[in-house]
Amino acid sequence: MEIEYRSVKRITNMLVFAEGIKDAAYGERVSITSADGKTIDGQVLATSEDITVIQAFGNTTGMNVDETKLRLSGTTFKIPVSEKMIGRIFDGLGRPRDGGVEIFSDDKRDINGSPINPYARSRPSEFIQTGISAIDCLNSLVRGQKLPIFSGSGLPHNRLAAQILRQATLLGGKTQKFYIVFGGIGISSEDANFFINEFKDSGALERAVVFMNLASDPSMERLILPRIALTAAEYLAFDKGAHVIVILTDITNYAEALREISAARDEIPARRGYPGYMYTDLASIFERAGKIKGKSGSITQIPILTMPSDDITHPIPDLVGYITEGQIVLNRGLNKKNIYPNIDVPLSLSRLMDQGIGAEQTREDHKGLSDQLYAAYAKGNEVRRMVEIIGEGALNESDKLYLRFADEFERRFINQDFMENRDIKTTLDLGWEILGILKKEDMTRIKPEFLERYGKWKSQ
Amino acid sequence: MEGRIIGVSGSVVTASGLKSPKMNDIVLVGDDKLIGEIVKLDGDKAIIQVYEETAGLRLGDGVAESGEPLSVELGPGLLGAIFDGIQRPLDLIFRRTGTFIGRGIKVPALDREKRWHFKPKAKVGDRLDSAGEIGEVKETSLIKHRILVPPGLKGEVKKIAEEGDYTIEDAIAVLEDGGRRETIKMLSKWPVRIPRPIAGKLEPDMPLVTGQRVIDTFFPVAKGGTAAVPGGFGTGKTVILHEIAKWADADIIVYCGTGERGNEMTEILTTFPELKDPRSGKPLMDRTIMIANTSNMPVAAREASVYTSVAIAEYYRDMGYDVALMADSTSRWAEALREISGRLEEMPGEEGYPAYLGRKISEFYERAGKVKLLNGGTGSVTILGAVSPSGGDISEPVSQNTLRATRVFWALDSSLADSRHFPAINWLNSYSLYTEQLEDWYAGNAGKDWAAIRNKLMDTLQREAEINEIVQLVGYDSLPESDKLVLDTAKIIRESYLQQNAFDEIDTFSSTAKQYKMLKAIYNLNKAEERLIEKGTKMESIDTKEIKQGIMALRYTKDEDMGGILNKINKGIAELADRAA
Repeated sequence: MEIEYRSVKRITNMLVFAEGIKDAAYGERVSITSADGKTIDGQVLATSEDITVIQAFGNTTGMNVDETKLRLSGTTFKIPVSEKMIGRIFDGLGRPRDGGVEIFSDDKRDINGSPINPYARSRPSEFIQTGISAIDCLNSLVRGQKLPIFSGSGLPHNRLAAQILRQATLLGGKTQKFYIVFGGIGISSEDANFFINEFKDSGALERAVVFMNLASDPSMERLILPRIALTAAEYLAFDKGAHVIVILTDITNYAEALREISAARDEIPARRGYPGYMYTDLASIFERAGKIKGKSGSITQIPILTMPSDDITHPIPDLVGYITEGQIVLNRGLNKKNIYPNIDVPLSLSRLMDQGIGAEQTREDHKGLSDQLYAAYAKGNEVRRMVEIIGEGALNESDKLYLRFADEFERRFINQDFMENRDIKTTLDLGWEILGILKKEDMTRIKPEFLERYGKWKSQ
Repeated sequence: MEGRIIGVSGSVVTASGLKSPKMNDIVLVGDDKLIGEIVKLDGDKAIIQVYEETAGLRLGDGVAESGEPLSVELGPGLLGAIFDGIQRPLDLIFRRTGTFIGRGIKVPALDREKRWHFKPKAKVGDRLDSAGEIGEVKETSLIKHRILVPPGLKGEVKKIAEEGDYTIEDAIAVLEDGGRRETIKMLSKWPVRIPRPIAGKLEPDMPLVTGQRVIDTFFPVAKGGTAAVPGGFGTGKTVILHEIAKWADADIIVYCGTGERGNEMTEILTTFPELKDPRSGKPLMDRTIMIANTSNMPVAAREASVYTSVAIAEYYRDMGYDVALMADSTSRWAEALREISGRLEEMPGEEGYPAYLGRKISEFYERAGKVKLLNGGTGSVTILGAVSPSGGDISEPVSQNTLRATRVFWALDSSLADSRHFPAINWLNSYSLYTEQLEDWYAGNAGKDWAAIRNKLMDTLQREAEINEIVQLVGYDSLPESDKLVLDTAKIIRESYLQQNAFDEIDTFSSTAKQYKMLKAIYNLNKAEERLIEKGTKMESIDTKEIKQGIMALRYTKDEDMGGILNKINKGIAELADRAA
């Protein structure tokens, strides 16, 4: 019953307007064929009796109003899912880009998924050891969490993501299936190659599903890519019982594409031209992380975004921060000091940390130690600002200790090698050692019993 | 003939051919019978906001009328339940369809099979007005559910069920008024957008005791009051609301998670059943009702969720209870309004929000209050609303409209959060307009000098901010001793009093008595030191280390075990006083 429509009235860069399509469904997948036989995918954005608006996932170059043909697929956007996806590289619409065969499966899933019933969720509480002190001790990641990296142009977020993927382990690790789903959204071919080479070198490609939309690929595919990637991740996690880490980079490119389509539709913008529904739209991606009652798998998301002009109040990091369960923020100043990973400790946060640490998961002193390090580093930074005004000479003894603490904390605790994998015990002990610079009575965030048990002070 | 879809754009569907469409009526859209509400009428066309995902709807699909406005089901079985924004029971849906929420699921909000033990309170021949008591049901270990004559009905009791077990659809009474007979069931309905009637509003005069020191002491909210909690991401809005939901001395908690994270609802669902109410020792879940319309659930239902929540809150208020409603986050609700308004192609006000944003926000908060009920009793609804200002900047429309409509402002500060000072309520910018109204209560229930001590310590905190500016210029050493004392005392207040660890079993809740004792210790220490300084003693030669450690230790000590520490503190302070004498 395939009907071809030739009622196109208007074509723009990314939208096709057609008349008289009476049975188009909202969200239905459409194929758009130009006079020379080139076919691109599209999706119905709005229907009415007069006009149907179709979003084109591809280049409309060379299409004309008279000869362009539309064909309805009869369904919304779906992809076939199978374990054969593992080890493969696809484009933004799920087509192979590694020269391999297409995935065939009778199991086809709507890429928008369905919202997880909040009642069906189980509480994420299993500590993931990344081997990176600034994350494990201060911003612990747990299975099923969504913890983004807020970066800036030119900062080493890709290296950090690669290190996390290489080192991530579950403590007391039962050997369970562990997969990576990687979504490159509008990234440069150099960044894409970095990740693919890194995956090949570490052997991770054999357990990874990679989706790549390069900067030169159609921008509308960027809106589809994360949804396809997460549909694959949901299949692996909740059907196949695997633990899946999903990296999506760069969310900024995704938001740009969203703004592009919103502007093309003449919608009333909210802030800085981004559509008012951007929060909801981003949430429909990030909320697909989690753990489910009665299922053994999990989806942990680590989206990466670059903050325009390092501004954390820009709508993109702002809305993402409101949805995700914390954020790892990278700092340009630390990068200049050659501190890697340049994690901005005060601005970073893991909301689910408290349920993933403690005696049963990491160690009983973890929470207090982490709070104390945070507070001491904040105090150290305050003293640094004071030094800029009144000079180091005017500091009292206690302030001088904080100054030294802040330096050592950055140089020895935050700083570590790209190949250095610190286990949680090493990290916590290092934290205590550096706290030892300060006076014992300043340790107001730590329970006295832990101070005695783990503190590095000579008995006073 | 039923109506037909003639257009779809996101959650907004246009239909024509409906027989008698009325504003805000519920309609069932498409083959899956998706729930929608008529939000605009234009000639033959009805514009419908649909509470479920609209993908797959086609032109020509049918639209059926229900003839009723969006309503909640009220009756025993609400407590302990979790609903979505239009009161569909998420636990029952989970059992029926599994992990993901499918479309077009029709499950009644309240269990029709379950039998409740009903005890009659009225007798045949009694004349009952609206809100007159028919009987009661022990709904949970904590709450007696009073079955009242629904608003608008009255009459003489002609029949009443005997004590026994009934479902919510069984007739439990028959009223006759002017020859008209009305059958009363435990189940009733109420349109969510209309406030339930009351006899009048009363002046709030009791605090909602939250167990959170910075709130109860410095910025209290009254039972029946309103509070706004604006804060950028990561400043701890949700943790504060969760803490209040756990420990506040309200009878009923309605927690509305609107447009927020699914895992936060899971947090409540997993922790509340294990937590005990500090007053009754019963599980907290027994007094809690959850409305969860998370950020990935349909946006129109998010718009409805706050009304669903407040209608349920008013229902329990009408039984004479003090109800506290937390809405997290009202900004997501406002964004839902914006999105729907955009799809309706309405002319926007500020930042794309509809021009009626301010009215909607103030109407919502106006449903709070301590009230005189139709049956002469009193009850209250307290509304606490989180606001998520974009970029953390509260000059945006949702924050500003909320501040105009509420009377308490807990200003969350990202720099406090960055140094892990929690709750990150900024003591310089926050305010409570209930402080004076509640002074009598604190004088009677904490101590006569409560207000004096509180004001002195607040003054110390404000002085600290001023002195810190001077320190930035001249350094600490050149300060006069009295200023050094202010800094020292302020530090104790900040670290031992304002900060509170939500994740510590004991520190998470401070009773009013404990708060008073801690305040008094800090106050007395400050007074003793003041006198020493007046005598010419230098701050550095006053050793207060042990007293400070004692005050800090109180945070982590149970009320009944505080005696020893308090003795030590008082002894230390007395020694200082002796030195000054």
